[in-house]
Amino acid sequence: MTTAPPAIEVRDLRKSYAGAEAVAGISFAVERGEIFSILGPNGAGKTTTVEILEGYRTRDSGEVLVLGSDPEKLGSSEAVWRNRIGIVLQNSSDAGDLTVAETVHHFSHYYDNPKNPDAVIDVVGLNEKAAARIHTLSGGQRRRLDVALGIIGSPEILFLDEPTTGFDPEARRAFWGLIKDLQSAGTTIVLTTHYLDEAEALADRVAVISAGKIVEIATPATLGGRHLAQATVSWLENGQTQKVTSNNPTAQVALLSTQFAGDIPELTVTRPTLEDIYLTMIEAGS
Amino acid sequence: MKIITLGLLRGQLEIKSFMRRRESVVFTLFFPVMLLFIFGSVFKNTIAPGVTFSQYFIAGMVASGLVNTGFQQLAINIPIERDYGTLKRLRGTPLSPISFFIGKGIVVLVAMAIQVFFLLLFGRLFFHLHLPHSATLWLRFTWLVLLGSACSTVLGIAMATLIKSGRGAAAVVSPLVVILQFISGVFFVFSSLPHLMQKFAALFPLKWLTQGMRSVFLPDSFAKQELAHTWEIGRIALVLFIWLVIGTVLAVRSFRWSEQ
Repeated sequence: MTTAPPAIEVRDLRKSYAGAEAVAGISFAVERGEIFSILGPNGAGKTTTVEILEGYRTRDSGEVLVLGSDPEKLGSSEAVWRNRIGIVLQNSSDAGDLTVAETVHHFSHYYDNPKNPDAVIDVVGLNEKAAARIHTLSGGQRRRLDVALGIIGSPEILFLDEPTTGFDPEARRAFWGLIKDLQSAGTTIVLTTHYLDEAEALADRVAVISAGKIVEIATPATLGGRHLAQATVSWLENGQTQKVTSNNPTAQVALLSTQFAGDIPELTVTRPTLEDIYLTMIEAGS
Repeated sequence: MKIITLGLLRGQLEIKSFMRRRESVVFTLFFPVMLLFIFGSVFKNTIAPGVTFSQYFIAGMVASGLVNTGFQQLAINIPIERDYGTLKRLRGTPLSPISFFIGKGIVVLVAMAIQVFFLLLFGRLFFHLHLPHSATLWLRFTWLVLLGSACSTVLGIAMATLIKSGRGAAAVVSPLVVILQFISGVFFVFSSLPHLMQKFAALFPLKWLTQGMRSVFLPDSFAKQELAHTWEIGRIALVLFIWLVIGTVLAVRSFRWSEQ
């Protein structure tokens, strides 16, 4: 395997608003074909960071390369660069008088190498709504249209800013499948989200940002030493829930199995969820 | 040229979107017609031999229609589109702002054409409007509409950048336009306005557009009632052209896709 240059490289990125540092020296790299998730509480600097990568905002200092170009110094190559990235923004409520199909078809003309608009509408599950005016869509359907417009140009990098806000559980699962498919097709994905289960289901690596700084970058399974954390074994005994934390839950379960000579009532073995770990990190960081 | 092609596609999309907003269609297209009925029914006098007030007024309404459909609509709607995220989304695509401007210009032109059609139709049917009687006048009418639309479009886009939010846009822009209409000789005979007001109005394109439209719709004999005692066609073209250049530079340099 050859080592391609990373899709995104960020070094010591800083940005202040009216003296307050929103992004206080962030560095990371996103490899090609990776799903990289940025987690953090509101106001942690997620959106600022992503909007700098997308070329919407300027930075105060640091280095940024997205597909080998500095988003601030694109000049006349801006259209060429934008042709290679897709952006799904938070809260958009535009183009309400047009239909889904009209909008997706129209946006496909902006790109040199667009996907088939009808196929994209199908992929995001808006087939039945293709002829509907956008203002009649539900919040979740609207987000799916946003995603359709983000991927219509066959982007090499797709930025998703809290893409599943307002989705019902079924739609979220379907959406996750879509993102995984895009990754299989080689798309690099930068995902900011509030949902820890979403990051866990999708991301190859997550970066936790708190107060403008990166607390940790790791795989969802190893974040915060999660894989090393003790497991909790709980069961019902004499009408009461018993709990034991252990480095070796298997041995504990074997022991109980002998003790109960068979079925252990209400047995569970749990490890800290990503959310538990995340909340501990955020509290420590603030 | 991709910028032009996409500009035309934007225009097509914007027209579709415009036509589906019933209130905007009614307001921009029929408001001038309603004004014509009101003013035409109230002022039945003749302001010069062979020139009724409604004849005079239609010239003014066509001119101010250009300001309404272009400058006013864009200066109000672009900030709204900015609030809604329409512009931010477009900014994230390879679309050139020039294509976006062309699209806006096309809607203005189409809306203007429909508006003029109804204004002239109702003027002819109900107010004995005399239509221009020579090819030269129709030609002049055409370039006035084209140049006026272009001017109005770029100035509307430039004005939109000065406006912070879509909610306050109408409150800022509408009074400006109404004042401009009053001092530019749309509602009143220009030569009867105070001298200072005339001087001030002469700084802006509407006065010149109105004068140009008078040269199209009023008999040549009326020219001597103008301040310069002639229609000043060359000067009208020059002033509009200067505003077009200023507006284009302002629009291109100051245009913001989003509120930073």
